[in-house]
Amino acid sequence: MKIIVCIKQVPETTNVKIDSEKGTLIREGVDSIINPFDMYAIEEGLRIKERLGEGEVIVISMGPPQADQALREAISMGADSAVLITDRKLAGSDTWATSYTLSKAIQKIGNYSLVLCGKQAIDGDTAQVGPGISSWLDIPQVTYVKKIRQISKDKAVVERMTEEGFDVIETPLPALFTVVKEINEPRLPSLKGKLRARKVEIPVWGVNELGLEEEKIGLEGSPTRVVKIFTPPPREKGMILEGEPQKVVDSLVEKLKDVVIR
Amino acid sequence: MITVIKEKCTGCGLCIKVCPFSAISKTSDNKVEIDLTKCNLCSACVSVCKFSAIVIERKEEEKDLSQYKNVWVFGEQKRGVIQPVVYELLGKGRELADNLGCELWTVLLGYKIKNRAQELIHRGADKVIVVEDPLLENFLDEPYTQVLVDLIQKYKPEILLAGATTIGRALISRVAVKVHAGLTADCTGLEIDPAKKILLQTRPAFGGNIMATIITPNHRPQMATVRHKVMKEAPVDSERKGEVEVLNYNGKLNSKTKLIDMIDEVGKTVNLAEADIIVSGGRGLGKAENFKIIEELAEVLGAAVGASRAAVDAGWISYAHQVGQTGRTVCPRLYIACGISGQIQHLVGMQSSDIIIAINKDPEAPIFKVADYGIVGDLFEIVPLLTTRFREVLKK
Repeated sequence: MKIIVCIKQVPETTNVKIDSEKGTLIREGVDSIINPFDMYAIEEGLRIKERLGEGEVIVISMGPPQADQALREAISMGADSAVLITDRKLAGSDTWATSYTLSKAIQKIGNYSLVLCGKQAIDGDTAQVGPGISSWLDIPQVTYVKKIRQISKDKAVVERMTEEGFDVIETPLPALFTVVKEINEPRLPSLKGKLRARKVEIPVWGVNELGLEEEKIGLEGSPTRVVKIFTPPPREKGMILEGEPQKVVDSLVEKLKDVVIR
Repeated sequence: MITVIKEKCTGCGLCIKVCPFSAISKTSDNKVEIDLTKCNLCSACVSVCKFSAIVIERKEEEKDLSQYKNVWVFGEQKRGVIQPVVYELLGKGRELADNLGCELWTVLLGYKIKNRAQELIHRGADKVIVVEDPLLENFLDEPYTQVLVDLIQKYKPEILLAGATTIGRALISRVAVKVHAGLTADCTGLEIDPAKKILLQTRPAFGGNIMATIITPNHRPQMATVRHKVMKEAPVDSERKGEVEVLNYNGKLNSKTKLIDMIDEVGKTVNLAEADIIVSGGRGLGKAENFKIIEELAEVLGAAVGASRAAVDAGWISYAHQVGQTGRTVCPRLYIACGISGQIQHLVGMQSSDIIIAINKDPEAPIFKVADYGIVGDLFEIVPLLTTRFREVLKK
């Protein structure tokens, strides 16, 4: 069974701070990591392969050339192979153009049973690329998957997390799932994996290799456009209530009365 | 493509600081240059540059978009109940439609659901399109997509809004690809540009550390999912009249996926996304049993129970309750954080709450930086006192 996992390299948000005087972003050390939700997707791909006792896990990423690093990390965890999708012409792609590009790469790999994505990336937080890909591929999708109950060559039963609990969904394969944190605990890279990751050759596909239609990619092919970026106004400075606990609690409840009673 | 106009650049370096991708650096002649392999064309530098020295150019094709009109709201229902976020969307949708001088429509998909249409009209819809089919009774990605795509192609709305819910985010993303529309996720602000009459969609990115305003200039509909609890609910006017159109697919829908079961776990407690008040517990609780004091306070307040990642990872409470980067993003009217230190990953999930209360024994805990009211103290003493006092005030 061929499993394709889509990952994104993102800045580690813990390093993003706001300079409150200038209202700008301060990024020190600029560490890049694999989007945390994609780590669960990689892990789940590996687990399905182990569960079925056969299969192949292929990791793909669209991004700048340095996203190669993220793919090598996935290999070190145990993925079989990886493809980097990079091209200057892809810069500025929104979720529509990104999902188009990734779907073309998935079609080029071909003969897949399952596509796995994280539920969303922590930089953009859109959760739109996963469903976008399945829409392009015209395959079923299940988002927010928290458990794969059963899986075989042509069918899966999964749990989709909802606001109230979860849904149990049966789907034929091929399909695309986006996964949440609850699904597993990602493994650490093995020594053997790290050695492999260092040597493995990662093919690079661009606009030509994928046969992309230029009016569907990059900035020009993206329906949406960012017109302004700004920092949200900082929260007003709060008040620390001090003193004897009962008095503190009484004064807090007094302040919150109007908020709580409706 | 992006270029720096050297004559205008003063080398002030503001753009270097805002670039989320570290793609900009100083050159030897005290100007800046952009590393195109790192640049994502996000335009953060363009908005910050005081000298208009950075420009992003793209080809503009003029399209005739005049046949697209009206504002649509996706009428999300679960088990036949209209979801509260729909009323919030109708509040905003009415404002946008009045501004544009057009109608506000709601699309309601379900089974045996047409008696719900009046509720939507009372909340401000001019017209409700009801599509009834057994396959639409509960949400399924494929038939819902098929119907919505058909309706968009038939009626050509100018704007389409949906809740940024589990359903909304999955469905609308799939639809946007099929109809070649621009889609903006999880918006917290929507307005009409007074000059161009297009939708300005504002949303948080990087976990709320920056805000971006996004437009869809040349594609229709302009589609957005909208965060819960940000827009004001439309008031009820039971005298309001509107049109209801019921459509039937007569078995022409299909779905490869099958819904086998729907399980309610949250039970009697309120779900996090819809909660007006959330009481959250973290590492400071020490063990699973101690979540009881959080639950007691939540019950008195009619609040939902949240948790930090630390508490979830320790196995004290299920993942469904996790607030933060790898959990849910919430913005209730009141958020009470008990024994939560306030790691950035937690803060990004709750910092847009209206009022934040923090109770922690460590006065240096970062949670106090975002709190409107902080209490430095023992949560095992403070929280039960709060429960008792609120119970008195609320006369429960």
